[in-house]
Amino acid sequence: MSDKVLLDYGSGGRASQRLISELFLKYLGNDELNRLNDAAELAMSGRLAMSTDSFVVDPIFFPGGNIGSLAVHGTVNDVAMMGAIPRHITCAYIIEEGLPMDDLEQIVAAMGKAAEEAGVTVVSGDTKVVPKGAVDKIFINTTGIGDIIVDPAPSGDAAKPGDAVLISGTVGDHGLTILGTREGLDFEARVESDSASLNHLLIKLVEGLPEVHVLRDPTRGGLATTLNEITSSSNVCCELIESDLPIKAEVKGGCSILGLDPLYLANEGKFLCILPQEHADKALEIMRADPLGAGACQIGTMTDANPGKVVLVTPLGGKRLLGMLEGEQLPRIC
Amino acid sequence: MSFELLEKFRDPDLCRKMLDKMQGDLTNDLRFMEVCGTHTVAIFQSGLRSLLPEKIVHLSGPGCPVCVTHESEVNAFLDLAGHDRVIMATFGDLMRVPGDNGRNLKKAMADGARVKVVYSPFDTLKLAKENPDDLIVFIGVGFETTAPTIAGTMKMARAQGIENLRVLCFHKTVPTALEALLSDEAINIDGFILPGHVSAIIGVEPYNFIAEKFGKSAVVTGFEPLDILQSLTQMIDWRNKGEAHVVNNYTRIVGENGNPKALEVMYEVFEPTDALWRGIGLIPGSGLEIRPEWELFDAKKEFGITIEEGPALKGCKCGDILKGIKQPVECPLFGKACTPANPVGPCMVSTEGSCAAYYKYKLD
Ligand code: SF4
Ligand code: SF4
Repeated sequence: MSDKVLLDYGSGGRASQRLISELFLKYLGNDELNRLNDAAELAMSGRLAMSTDSFVVDPIFFPGGNIGSLAVHGTVNDVAMMGAIPRHITCAYIIEEGLPMDDLEQIVAAMGKAAEEAGVTVVSGDTKVVPKGAVDKIFINTTGIGDIIVDPAPSGDAAKPGDAVLISGTVGDHGLTILGTREGLDFEARVESDSASLNHLLIKLVEGLPEVHVLRDPTRGGLATTLNEITSSSNVCCELIESDLPIKAEVKGGCSILGLDPLYLANEGKFLCILPQEHADKALEIMRADPLGAGACQIGTMTDANPGKVVLVTPLGGKRLLGMLEGEQLPRIC
Repeated sequence: MSFELLEKFRDPDLCRKMLDKMQGDLTNDLRFMEVCGTHTVAIFQSGLRSLLPEKIVHLSGPGCPVCVTHESEVNAFLDLAGHDRVIMATFGDLMRVPGDNGRNLKKAMADGARVKVVYSPFDTLKLAKENPDDLIVFIGVGFETTAPTIAGTMKMARAQGIENLRVLCFHKTVPTALEALLSDEAINIDGFILPGHVSAIIGVEPYNFIAEKFGKSAVVTGFEPLDILQSLTQMIDWRNKGEAHVVNNYTRIVGENGNPKALEVMYEVFEPTDALWRGIGLIPGSGLEIRPEWELFDAKKEFGITIEEGPALKGCKCGDILKGIKQPVECPLFGKACTPANPVGPCMVSTEGSCAAYYKYKLD
């Protein structure tokens, strides 16, 4: 194969076949995918969770992962947040002509590894190559499907006053890593994306607890936006205790340089768990027993004070609104 | 500054004590203006706003460079953004500032304008080298905090022989604006919380007129809760004694004389000029323009741009808000026709703008 991705590789002819067999099947292959049928044949029934997401991250390589692993983690997590065991994913690659073949190989390899770790099989896929400039290097869409094992399934509108709000670890790591890498900024201390599949931990959690109201991964828009979505669909108020929010010192530092708020930065390996306060200790115990939840803690409580709103209780004891993000966070003048 | 040291300026017990003392010392309503938007945001973010005695009225001043950028200046950079040869370079804050007919840089980009958000003015040097056939136009908005770095960038461009960089210079200076505010009869302010970052450059002396000429107090203040509380308690104390002073409480960052080096660079490249402030109007001597020796870098000259006072935006009360005459919630458009998603005035756009801060943080 050539050392760059050529338009030919998306032609559907021989070149495409070579790309598929020599690269994609090498890293993603399994009995179902190897059949190369038009669609996958799956044996699934009952209540299923399905989710799709497109990954257009810039840069495509970053400390802690790349767009290939991210495309698995993101979709696996979305399925798992429904109290489901993710089983299969599909992937569609849209590649810019000229992408170095080595880069593509690294991305597909990372996707294969991430899928294996998450215990999902890639059962169907698609590759398109588009002319230079039509996309930015590479875009990947993944769709995932899994069996829901919790009844009722956790849902964003199920939070109740009196519930505890737990987070599985520090926030802002992924978002700051991406922004920092994109801008070529060298932070004093190294920050790394937290990108990871959370399904194994989530299964332990939902199997060990009688009642989990909400599971959510605070990706784009960050913790603050996700909590706003939950409070508005559940019509409850979330009181967050600012001093309990886990944020790494280096993330705080990087954010203050850039004028960003870590609470609005994306996370790719963290989840929010909202459940009755009496189960909070047990949930934290389960989370902390797993490396991906080692930093788990309670950050707040749901109340009926200001329905639909997220209120931050500051270390001084003052209260203020923690609103939704408007547009993207942008660096400020000074 | 280390985080441990900063934590000391957030000590909840000490804050509580100062709040109690303040409560006892206050005899009547006091109106304080925090000149700088970062203070407005800090007061909200720390939760201080919900804890301060009701007798203390906080007004946000003209200290956010985005808010005071005149509508004619906004239109000027929006016009330029459509220009064939031009790549606009800007800090992120300006992307959503509305010009006439709801135009903004984001929309201009969607229409094909080339706009690049930079984190530092120095990034424009790289842009200029990478795009030798284009003209990089940096939107120079900001006070004494920002202007020296932009002057430094121009100096570096000259040293490196870069000829395709221009600065659209809308810089403004803070003390001149405060003097204009204080001279306005309609304005009723008991004391000023002076901006930390601007003062780090200009020092304390340029504010002395506040006490000497107008008999009001003013304190250069840091951004932590204790910084703010300390300055407020002092000013209440002076007021009770009938005194007025200008002092520097932010000594960990601000030297008495500021940063003479930065000022030198700034005045090597720029010279004072009259400037239009949004909602306030013309303030003589309150702006900076590029000196004739640096003309090559002057975007206004290159494109023949003039800035003129036009009719004010309909309904927007930005002027009254910047002057401390009205609070954001008193603007009839606040939270209705004007929201961060659909800002009418720049006070709702800038993260440091007072309308945006009220919208974002105010609980009830
Ligand atoms: S930080 Fe600078 S620009 Fe921002 S409000 Fe303060 S003085 Fe103004
Ligand atoms: S609420 Fe909007 S229209 Fe009113 S003063 Fe603020 S920015 Fe201007």
